[in-house]
Amino acid sequence: MAAAALGCGGGWRRAWRCGLGGPLPIPIPIPVPIAVLVPAAVPVPTRRPPRVVARNAGGGAVPAGKSGLAPWVPVVGLEIHAQISSNSKLFSGSQVQFAAPPNSLVSFFDASLPGTLPVLNRRCVEAAVMTGLALNCSINKKSLFDRKHYFYADLPAGYQITQQRVPIAVNGSLTYSLCINNKMSQMVTKTVRIKQIQLEQDSGKSLHDDSRSQTLVDLNRAGVGLMEVVMEPDMCCGEEAAAAVRELQLILQTLGSSQAIMAEGQLRVDANVSVHHPGEPYGVRTEVKNINSIRFLAKAIDYEIQRQIEELESGGTILNETRAFDSKLGCTVPMRDKEGMQDYRFMPEPNLPPLILYDTKSLPANVNHQQVVNIDWIHERLPDLPSAKRAKLVELYGILPEHSFTLVNEDGLTEFFENVVKQTQMKPKKVIGWILNDLLSYLKQHSCTVKESPISSVLLADLLNLLEKKEISASAAKQVFEELWKGEGKTPLEIVKEKQLQLLEDGEELEQICQAVIDEHKKEVMAIKAGNQKVVNKLIGLVQRATQGRSNPVLVKQILEKKLSE
Amino acid sequence: MAERARGEPPKQRTGTRTSTAGSRPILPGVPIPIPVPVPVPVPGREPAPPPSSFAPQPNARPAPRCRRQWRRWGLPQDGGAQALRRRRGGDGGGRGEAMLRASLRQVSAALKEGQVTPTELCHKCLALIKSTKLLNAYITVAEETALKQAEESEERYRRGQPLSVLDGIPIAVKDNFNTAGIETTCASNMLKGYIPPYNATVVQKLQDQGAVLLGKTNLDEFAMGSGSTDGVFGPVRNPWSYSRQYKEKSAPESDPEHEEFKWVITGGSSGGSAAAVSSFTCFAALGSDTGGSTRNPAAHCGVVGLKPTYGLISRHGLIPLVNSMDVPGILTRCVDDAAVVLGSLAGHDPKDSTTIQDAFQPFELPNMPDVSKLCIGIPKEYNAPGLSSEILAVWSKAADLFKNAGAKVIEVSLPHTPYSIVCYHVLCTAEVASNMARFDGLEYGHRSDVNESTESMYAATRREGFNDVVRGRILSGNYFLLKQNYEDYFVKAQKVRRLIANDFVKVFRSGVDILLTPTTLSDAVPYIEFIKEDNRTRSTQDDILTQAANMAGLPAISVPTALSERGLPVGLQFIGRSFQEKQLLTVAKWFEKQVKFPMIQLEEVKGA
Repeated sequence: MAAAALGCGGGWRRAWRCGLGGPLPIPIPIPVPIAVLVPAAVPVPTRRPPRVVARNAGGGAVPAGKSGLAPWVPVVGLEIHAQISSNSKLFSGSQVQFAAPPNSLVSFFDASLPGTLPVLNRRCVEAAVMTGLALNCSINKKSLFDRKHYFYADLPAGYQITQQRVPIAVNGSLTYSLCINNKMSQMVTKTVRIKQIQLEQDSGKSLHDDSRSQTLVDLNRAGVGLMEVVMEPDMCCGEEAAAAVRELQLILQTLGSSQAIMAEGQLRVDANVSVHHPGEPYGVRTEVKNINSIRFLAKAIDYEIQRQIEELESGGTILNETRAFDSKLGCTVPMRDKEGMQDYRFMPEPNLPPLILYDTKSLPANVNHQQVVNIDWIHERLPDLPSAKRAKLVELYGILPEHSFTLVNEDGLTEFFENVVKQTQMKPKKVIGWILNDLLSYLKQHSCTVKESPISSVLLADLLNLLEKKEISASAAKQVFEELWKGEGKTPLEIVKEKQLQLLEDGEELEQICQAVIDEHKKEVMAIKAGNQKVVNKLIGLVQRATQGRSNPVLVKQILEKKLSE
Repeated sequence: MAERARGEPPKQRTGTRTSTAGSRPILPGVPIPIPVPVPVPVPGREPAPPPSSFAPQPNARPAPRCRRQWRRWGLPQDGGAQALRRRRGGDGGGRGEAMLRASLRQVSAALKEGQVTPTELCHKCLALIKSTKLLNAYITVAEETALKQAEESEERYRRGQPLSVLDGIPIAVKDNFNTAGIETTCASNMLKGYIPPYNATVVQKLQDQGAVLLGKTNLDEFAMGSGSTDGVFGPVRNPWSYSRQYKEKSAPESDPEHEEFKWVITGGSSGGSAAAVSSFTCFAALGSDTGGSTRNPAAHCGVVGLKPTYGLISRHGLIPLVNSMDVPGILTRCVDDAAVVLGSLAGHDPKDSTTIQDAFQPFELPNMPDVSKLCIGIPKEYNAPGLSSEILAVWSKAADLFKNAGAKVIEVSLPHTPYSIVCYHVLCTAEVASNMARFDGLEYGHRSDVNESTESMYAATRREGFNDVVRGRILSGNYFLLKQNYEDYFVKAQKVRRLIANDFVKVFRSGVDILLTPTTLSDAVPYIEFIKEDNRTRSTQDDILTQAANMAGLPAISVPTALSERGLPVGLQFIGRSFQEKQLLTVAKWFEKQVKFPMIQLEEVKGA
């Protein structure tokens, strides 16, 4: 709760009254909380057996009911709101910016001052067209805007402008892949149909201050452009939904049509979940909201599927209701609102003429290009989508498809990998191992993004070059890597020198060390001489230890074998 | 605020205007009442000679205390007319008055020639507003800003660089247009005290061209009504109630007690603007027209009321009634003036996506219009139930005028007209329900003290803020928009709207250039009579001849035509093709020249 904003309620209202113009960053106090998303006393769910709904991600395997009588088929559809990445809002000139001071980005239109009219932002239209094309949609050359009415404090006009009747894009599809049983090697590819993409306004934000019984309203977000992407119920578990959303997120980020950062609310996912028996009609669905990460999306859906199965198996019924996911408790709870009862009283938006898009064929002559959106022009300029990027990586570097998946799915990892490859003689196939096994696990361990990595691509390339030139051993390289992670600004070479990790190039010294090991381990030498060649490895390890990993195991083996055969 | 001492003439004078102020018309061509067949002539009464060689201010009594903005003067409930009468100055129609009676173009020429200065003009108008406050035409008088604008205009004239023909011209604006820094109420408790931070595009355009904004005119709450009787600041009185013409016909015994029962309504909802223009307190006024709200009061107040084609003038800043039908309307004393104002307002506005992209070419109307090659259509459906025989006669005479001038006059049919009003009711209330949703007491406007919950605060705010008419329309509109009703009402009404629009298309395609119809069913009725029926019934009756043009988005104009048997104005309406304002106004001008509608003889203001 923005404490600084408290205690000066009404100032904003006064500002309008006095005709001061620009809005002040003052909240609107409201006597009583407008809505409580989660009831005060949330029933803590009893621990459920970890039923394996996710298993059917592989397709086919449907979890059997507890009774064992009939299996259940879960059905999952998604409604995704992606905030359009644009400088200004969908229908006004106010800036779009995350975490700006409250009510500092509010135009007269955003605050619904009487007499103001919407003016469509061309950039938002282009973003939606781009997204529609990337999702294989057909773009409607003529789409319409509608008003959707409901009273809420952060919806100043009392209605949201959306596209209910004729949205800008329809009938698309999204192909995504996911691995089965968490094994990278077992990947399957699936497709979900996209019903439509519609342009609409975002609402403001309400902050409920229960202790003071008031609600504070921030209209910075009010009127920001959203693309609502409606996915058909073609998914059957949390993992599939998560993979589909992740793929969509990547596409949006690649296009630049949305930053799609879930934590900042730029990508909001509502899941429609139902279960039914095979061959029967779909069950009653619930809508799960309040999901703010992809991980929680999978969790929320799987929980809800499980809850519905258990409810039905114990003779209960499923209500067509909206439920919120509580990430702390890991469960869904009914939302206290009358959403099911709402009649939105849709009506055409009379202040916006139909949105007409053109292609090169239909483009009228002598038209001002600032005034029109040409679908073909946008199509030609679409960047490489994630799927194309992956295929290129496989082809170019000879890496495995699942590796390309990880590279593309981790933000910035492809670029990192390519930079390393450019700067090293090591083969990409070997580099990928260092990237995926070493770098990525360190990043994951420390919850870092690629951009935050203390080891830059240059440093890693330097390190791999030392390895490639056989100046250090692989195990020494791992030590250097660990040192580099500390981020003390040393180069790999400095660390190698400092720690004396370079390979022993002095054959004499190595021979002496080998001799010493042979001399100290008579038993092992006997065993080897008796024919147990495996024991050689033990001696190699001992030499390695004695040299602190600086010896080339191949060379050591040669020396040992030579000495033992003497 | 710099207020001149009463009676004192402005210091800076130009020309030689003092000597003959009253003995000759200062302005060439100041209209003199000309007897026409219908009204009874009142010869030789105007202008009366002034008592002195100076033209004193019309208001000889001390001006009301200056406030930042004076509005809603406490009106005497009775005897107001006498108070009005007592207050008049010694100038019975001298040069000051005559100046105010000039047309916009005439006064503009006078300003250019230095015969009058903008501040002089502004003072005169402000004084007249004060002395006619009984009419209740204005909700807010922006005296201070008006005088400031006038002074700025004067400076421009001094430098010889007026901005336009409108520079220095006092105008009034209906109180549902946003005016930056000037209270904008829509005559509703909901917006009492609301001071907008921005100007409506039309207001901005007027100001950019140097016009002087005198104030905000009265209306029905949120423009919902046809009488200008249902605003929170009280009803507007038709200036013709206080005209010699009306008195002589309808109240020969000048009994002040009866007067209170006899005053007639202005029509509405732009009644304040119509009354302001009709009573000479401004040279032009903005109204709004959704179902006839500009043309109806124009007809009742004997002024010209133009509703341009939908999309020709920006609605940005006009507080909406029905977005798909609202058009800013223009009220003036003659057709030429309407053309001038139209030229200054029309054109694309990037802030209103429903305005046309094509550039608008302002036009001047020919001095000797020729109608002989035109085809005038008389839609038979406009001979509607309830049309008074008097109006029917005026209408038919008008048709004869065209016939005699060589025009082809034919009867035409707009078969879906009878369904128009019920269809309008559905579409209007649906949009009203939607548009009014924003008045929730949070961001601006009235907020109730009820605070049990947000919902109860919303409900109380809207109950306290809106009158019964507004609430009734919100209720029915929401009913029509319900999922189960949407197809049966809203969609059906839209289909009928299309049929109505197609009726016009067909008629115009058949070769008809202009349609000629009555504007109202009868002349204005006394307030006492008017309020016997509820707002919905009244609106249904009164919009019947006007709102089809809104459904079809067509330009239409009401031209004062004659006086009724009761001495009240009667107007006829011309409906033209989309964006063919020039043709429409040309015909209207020709017609105006033929009928020579008499000038109002405002007794109270002019003085006996």
